[in-house]
Amino acid sequence: MLAIIRRDLLIAARRKSEVLTALFFFVIVTSLFPLGIGPEPTLLKKIAPGVLWVAALLATMLGLTRMFAPDHADGTLEQMALAPTPFGLLVAGKVVAHWLVSGLPLVLLAPVLGIQFDLDAGALGILVVALLLGTPLLSLVGAIGAALTLGVRGGGVLLSLLVLPLYVPALIFGAGAVEAHISGLGAGGHLSLLAALLALAVFFAPWATTAALRIALE
Amino acid sequence: MNNKIINWFKFASPQSFYPLAGRMIPWFWALTAIFTVAGLWISFFVAPTDAQQGEGYRIIFIHVPASWMSMFIYLVLAFWAGLGLALNTRLSGMMAQALAPTGALMAFLSLWTGAFWGKPMWGTWWVWDARLTSELILFFLYIGFIALQAAIDDPRRADKAGAILALVGAVNIPIIYFSVKWWNTLHQGSSVNLAKSSMAQTMLWGMLLMALAFWMYAIAVALTRARAIILERERHTEWIKEVVR
Repeated sequence: MLAIIRRDLLIAARRKSEVLTALFFFVIVTSLFPLGIGPEPTLLKKIAPGVLWVAALLATMLGLTRMFAPDHADGTLEQMALAPTPFGLLVAGKVVAHWLVSGLPLVLLAPVLGIQFDLDAGALGILVVALLLGTPLLSLVGAIGAALTLGVRGGGVLLSLLVLPLYVPALIFGAGAVEAHISGLGAGGHLSLLAALLALAVFFAPWATTAALRIALE
Repeated sequence: MNNKIINWFKFASPQSFYPLAGRMIPWFWALTAIFTVAGLWISFFVAPTDAQQGEGYRIIFIHVPASWMSMFIYLVLAFWAGLGLALNTRLSGMMAQALAPTGALMAFLSLWTGAFWGKPMWGTWWVWDARLTSELILFFLYIGFIALQAAIDDPRRADKAGAILALVGAVNIPIIYFSVKWWNTLHQGSSVNLAKSSMAQTMLWGMLLMALAFWMYAIAVALTRARAIILERERHTEWIKEVVR
């Protein structure tokens, strides 16, 4: 599993542009909202959690199509399925690598963008924690969609159609945590639910993903 | 006992299911017609005008059965999908594929009639309420299922991929429902409660009859569609040539 993570990270490091594109997409999308809505700080502060979260959802979507497709094309995926190591573990490794490449940078970048929206230090902290819990969830659920649409006509668009409805709970609790903190309710409940969803997904998602991949490899 | 098991699996083969479905379909259509006529008659002529909502409330005779069916069909779909994955039967995938468009239709109908009901009652076509939002997401899940199946050329692979998606969706529906519910809610509480109903008896009867009509319609349409899918997928076999000739 560690070898897979190392390998995927190396591949990502050799093709920096793909990673950076998703990151800049995140930056640009969040910066478009103030331009479209207007620069009043109170309004921006109110919509900030939602905007940052929606942009994060879309940015992680960009990397999903590449999670399995190159390995599928050159036959690596087939070898992984045949390897003595459990396939689920290897898939989990790929998901971790995807998160490190496309989720973690978003978490680190989000507070900088949050400042643009006039969020205070406490809200920024909650935003980072929520994203830290939520982005792995996005990678895990997204992996199922990526595996299902592997080698399918119009896979990219289809992927977003399949995965985005499943992202709704993460969006609600993630953005809700920040909003609850801003309105003084405390973010504990939202964060606990987000962590519970993550625990569920860690258990079930690799399993569903391997099942889907085996179907694609048949 | 042993015989029974063999009998069950007999109809899992498309070849023996096809004529069975053909024989059952007219009956379900007849039942649909009877229940629809009875249900509509009660809901338009017998059921009293609602004290608070006036005549507009009669939309629920379509709205509530459609909402029930949209949720129930997804469960049935997931059931067939799980069965197909577990037992590797061809017919299960065909049934799941046959049910999906009807389910999507029901979800859409539920949203549409809900909007018509919401305009006079709440004064707005749409609110971001828990039930409306989860129904909308259910509709998206149906569309995703149909789109995934349509995008995969090999029908067996389409069945299995669709099955995994249906199961993932079925696990997610309660999560989505509760997350949306805690997020925001103002929908009127469920008005049907078997122990103590807040509705007039005739209204309840009208609604239950309409629900039965929707059931029968869904079964009849799904069976018809399953027959069409069998014809399409098994077209290379001898028995289809016999049937079509």
